[in-house]
Amino acid sequence: MVETPTAAEGLAILRTMWRIRLFEEAVEDLYGRGMMHGTMHLSIGEEAVPTGACLALKDGDQITSTHRGHGHCIAKGADLGRSMAELLAKDNGYCRGRGGSMHIADVATGNLGANGIVGGGLPIAAGAGLSNKLRGVDNVCLCFHGDGSVGEGAWHEALTLASMWDLPVVFVCENNQYGMSMPSKKAFKVENISDKAAGFGIPGETVDGNDVLAVREAVQRAVDRARRGEGPSFIEALTYRWRGALEVGQEPLPHQGRDPGLARPRPHRAMGRRDARHRACHP
Amino acid sequence: MTATRTMTYAEAIREAMFQAMTADPRVFLMGEDVGIYGGAFGVTNDLYEKLGTDRIRDTTISELGIMGAGVGAALTGMRPIVEIQFSDFLCQAMDQVVNQAAKLHFMVGGQASVPLVIRAPGGSGTGAAAQHSQSLEAWFAHVPGLKVVMPSDATDAASLLLAALEDPNPVLILEHKLLYKQSFEVPEVFPKALLGQGRIVREGTDLTIVATSIEVQRASEAAELLAADGISAEVIDPRTIKPLDLPLILASVSKTGRVLLVQEAVKFNGFMSEVAAGIAESPAFGDLQAPIRRLCGLDTPIPYSPQLERASVPQVADIVREATALVKEW
Ligand SMILES: Cc1ncc(C[n+]2csc(CCOP(=O)(O)OP(=O)(O)O)c2C)c(N)n1
Ligand SMILES: [Mg+2]
Repeated sequence: MVETPTAAEGLAILRTMWRIRLFEEAVEDLYGRGMMHGTMHLSIGEEAVPTGACLALKDGDQITSTHRGHGHCIAKGADLGRSMAELLAKDNGYCRGRGGSMHIADVATGNLGANGIVGGGLPIAAGAGLSNKLRGVDNVCLCFHGDGSVGEGAWHEALTLASMWDLPVVFVCENNQYGMSMPSKKAFKVENISDKAAGFGIPGETVDGNDVLAVREAVQRAVDRARRGEGPSFIEALTYRWRGALEVGQEPLPHQGRDPGLARPRPHRAMGRRDARHRACHP
Repeated sequence: MTATRTMTYAEAIREAMFQAMTADPRVFLMGEDVGIYGGAFGVTNDLYEKLGTDRIRDTTISELGIMGAGVGAALTGMRPIVEIQFSDFLCQAMDQVVNQAAKLHFMVGGQASVPLVIRAPGGSGTGAAAQHSQSLEAWFAHVPGLKVVMPSDATDAASLLLAALEDPNPVLILEHKLLYKQSFEVPEVFPKALLGQGRIVREGTDLTIVATSIEVQRASEAAELLAADGISAEVIDPRTIKPLDLPLILASVSKTGRVLLVQEAVKFNGFMSEVAAGIAESPAFGDLQAPIRRLCGLDTPIPYSPQLERASVPQVADIVREATALVKEW
């Protein structure tokens, strides 16, 4: 049973989701006006996953993030001003303008960093979990990763180690149905990506990633288990990305029509190849 | 005079791949988003429509797997081209490149070879920051059994790709992402090229500038500015960094007596250190009137900030400054 939040909790949840949405809409606007450069991966439509997942964390817990990391960063408690400053390549940004969108990190709040390498964060999360264990603290590392990273060796190696050592790591797979142009249904011939968890002997579960309370509930269970020293879990959150997308020729998918509850979804247009080339690479 | 036409670097690569695939059924391409997406930089574009999904194969995000599949296919009679979306992701594929592809022919005593062509874009200048902007050519040139190619214009990109496809051993082609959209004059038919043959881009008498990839273009622009200042620079593009056309460079150095070596990659342990050593070990050393000078990327990951990014790799003004100092101070 998904627990109903109190009014105050509900407000806080909604506020976080809106902070992410509005932050990214501002990024999109600034990028469109040529004030930001490089690569900007937006997570508009996916806000419920980091918001719900980070609600299960306490001080000292860590996250590892991805190339699509603004939502993770904000949900973990980052300051919007310093985040935006980083994306604008300012010295007062989180990484002093050295990192940008793909490397934004806020180590003080336990955000070990976005990652430009698909799958790059998974073994790092295992290492953070190992460190928590060796240091004797009951902290947990939450590892956000995309469905695309499931194709990487790093994904399999990280799950292997985390499972063997019963590490306090929760792997949260944001399955937004595509890794760039590759549909996850085509890439992975299993019903659910979470089915793969069985191969590592760890619990695996698929949740509606657009339902912030369902995400919170599933991640909370996994985090509690990890804190008790019972080892890692794998949670697949089904979601969909509304904009900042470059997929072409995609079929409508079950989750395409839903927004996590923020009132004004503006579906991205399916971009053609010309747009893809124009944008240099997968913003 | 042969007839010429205008095409971009990306178009030339695409046309060369199309040409190779129509001529030889063993040639096919694998990579991330090379199909309907048309490639992250639009290099494959509509190739999959023309050649089908068997020849233009979309893969999962599995660089090690793709590279290994390329090695296995090459070992067994195919001529695969593996596209790695950014050369930085060669790190994921490293075992198959270094421990497998490069060594197999030797390790099995010549029973088999690995005619694998790897294409990957390198270089900075797009704001993609530290994990999407590296110039890693020296790593690969250090491995016996690998050839490393860095085309600096559309004709070379096509001709050297065709030459690589004829080579019985693995060839890594490091393209530059800033060149993809640039237009060049190219001949009607791509000329035959040899791996290991450099090119004099511009003749000159006062100093030799050896440059690779995007820096060839910057060196040529610098040579233009230097000419206006009365300095005649000869610009040499080795085109393949391994095997290296050292004789071409030595002859030029002997002629001009000064040499500036320019690369985007960091200086320490870089390819230009090898060129410098080659010159120092040769009789051309005796013809030098000034110390060998290297102008390279700074010893730093590529920063995100556009100003810092530009400042970390040699720009035209840097080349002009260094070349002028080399000529005027010696
Ligand atoms: C090792 C590696 N390979 C390829 C890429 C290029 N790339 C960046 S994002 C991306 C798609 C990732 O898909 P997914 O993990 O599902 O995340 P999403 O973008 O859907 O959030 C690709 C192929 C990369 N950054 N790193
Ligand atoms: Mg995805």
